[in-house]
Amino acid sequence: MSFDLNFIGILIGAIMASSVPLILAASGELITERSGVLNLGVEGMMIIGAISGFALMVVTDNLFFAVVGSMLSGLIISLIFGLLTQSLLTNHVATGLALTIFGIGMSAMIGKNFVGIPGKEFPLLFLNLKESIPFLGPIFFGHSILLYFAFGLPFLTNFFLKKTKIGLIIRAVGDSPTSASNQGINVTLVRYSCILYGGAMCGLAGSYLSLIYTPQWIENMTGGRGWIALALVVFATWSPIKVLIGALIFGGITILQLHMQAVGLRIPVQLLSALPYIMTIIVLVVISRDSRKIKLNTPTSLGQIFYKEK
Amino acid sequence: MIKIEKRNDVSRSIYFLTPILAIFLTLIGGGIIFYILGFSPIEALKFFFITPISDLYGLSELLVKATPLCLIAIGLSFCFKSNNWNIGAEGQLIFGGIVGGGVALLFYNHDGYYVLPIIILSGAVGGMLFAMIPAILKTYFNTNEILVSLMLVYVAKLLLDYLVVGPWSNPEGFNFPETRQFSESARMPILFDGLRIHAGIFITLITVFLSWLILYKTYLGFQIKVSGLSLKTAKYAGFKGKTMIIIVFMISGACAGLAGVGEITGPIGQLHRNISPDYGFTAIIVAFLGRLNPVGIIFASLVVALTYLGAETAQIFLQVPKYTGQVFQGMILFFLLGSDYLLFFKIKFLGLRKNEL
Repeated sequence: MSFDLNFIGILIGAIMASSVPLILAASGELITERSGVLNLGVEGMMIIGAISGFALMVVTDNLFFAVVGSMLSGLIISLIFGLLTQSLLTNHVATGLALTIFGIGMSAMIGKNFVGIPGKEFPLLFLNLKESIPFLGPIFFGHSILLYFAFGLPFLTNFFLKKTKIGLIIRAVGDSPTSASNQGINVTLVRYSCILYGGAMCGLAGSYLSLIYTPQWIENMTGGRGWIALALVVFATWSPIKVLIGALIFGGITILQLHMQAVGLRIPVQLLSALPYIMTIIVLVVISRDSRKIKLNTPTSLGQIFYKEK
Repeated sequence: MIKIEKRNDVSRSIYFLTPILAIFLTLIGGGIIFYILGFSPIEALKFFFITPISDLYGLSELLVKATPLCLIAIGLSFCFKSNNWNIGAEGQLIFGGIVGGGVALLFYNHDGYYVLPIIILSGAVGGMLFAMIPAILKTYFNTNEILVSLMLVYVAKLLLDYLVVGPWSNPEGFNFPETRQFSESARMPILFDGLRIHAGIFITLITVFLSWLILYKTYLGFQIKVSGLSLKTAKYAGFKGKTMIIIVFMISGACAGLAGVGEITGPIGQLHRNISPDYGFTAIIVAFLGRLNPVGIIFASLVVALTYLGAETAQIFLQVPKYTGQVFQGMILFFLLGSDYLLFFKIKFLGLRKNEL
């Protein structure tokens, strides 16, 4: 039995690893959306993070630069979104879509010379503990530092939003930009910051994919994870802790279908893959039908353009 | 969405000229990107935008790609004009393709003039029904249609994947993820020998004309436009908001479904995993670039179709990835949205959907 138990531990460890990019991107997007900005560019920012992280790793041979660089490039590309939606007052949905389309194209262009280059080994922590403790070892140990960061992030985000002054300001801006503005809060500045933070987190999520999860560069390698992250924020009804739970469910489905393919079970893989999307729609319906519930959960000004007359 | 504060005299000519400015800026931006990547900008842009359409075959390919883009964008213009954010046209296209393709497989080895019209009609109905999901959820459960229509894209993609791998896969196909080739009676007639341009273009043109009629000559079109400008006015005027939302989604979905069925019975001739190179998403750019205007959308679809073709040519001559086209598509939309600010400088922008969500 000990072998089986250990196998389950390894499985749980794999589920955790596959949920990391979702947690990172969704936590970033959650802050952005809490400030009232709907950025549909998650997929684009992630893929830009993925290629810049990988390219920097190849060029500088330094993983620290690669990770920080991926965050910076996510931030820079989200700045385009910020400039357009906040300064030029463009529509969030259209701008975000443009960002995703642009990001996928741009990453492929930059990545042209990086296809087929093998990745570098990313240091995993506590490898000896992973081997020596059955079941719990593979769950808690032998992961990259990014995984530990990702699993702490939702709690940090929750604390930040609920207990700090800046968190309160962000929520105020998201729920009622006009009254926040009347209180002397610079709505545009707050929203810019949240957009940039979201961009950096999406960049980080992308570099997790290209540096750790599948250490190489493949065109379009985020493969829709950005859209899942967006769905996840809604699924979690804008609550950071639920993002963590949701990401584990979504990640679990990914791992499960890989194993089912291997075992040759008869349930269509595609049905499992579609579950996260269908579940998100159901959650949306459940929270939206009650207008009080949606007001409690959704940033009221989400996706709305705020313009202060000077 | 936009409340005009001081300047309600936005010049119509500038309104339709800014898309041209956006295209111009995109060319400059693209040139700069090519330069940074070590190409001669002029030459690269030539490969991208002139080489592909310098012969008859290229022009035909341009129309082959513009046909679905224009069709979907026309449908989307109904939604966008009335402030309904259907961004799941890709899913509606795929679902239309699935239903149309299913009927085509049902009529496998049937001969008869009736086969193709039935397939086309079923594709349109398929897309329409699929678009009704976000519409009904929006009207009866107050659900955000952006997210629902987007989620459904992936559901449709996975359903298609399941069908072509599993029950619908070609029995003699060596387990390739594709269906049988449709029989001849289920294919769109080719217009000229040796070119791929097909009768689907007439469907697109007829749809454009009908849309113009609906939008500008009927009461429904009036309702759609008023609801887009001001939801409050629409309510005050007593328009049936819910019915209208469902109708615009139905129109939009039917158009996307038609585009899907046009692709599978036209250039593709079977169902497989990738029946659309994201036409449904790119058509959103087309709709904006064409200013949600039927004639504008025709021109916009040609421009955006050229970015698809240009990427294919550049892939061959410059060895750049085929995704390069998306860099241009993204830039066009960035510049277009950005230049609107200059246009509406003194217009007050309110929320997309006040008191909603």
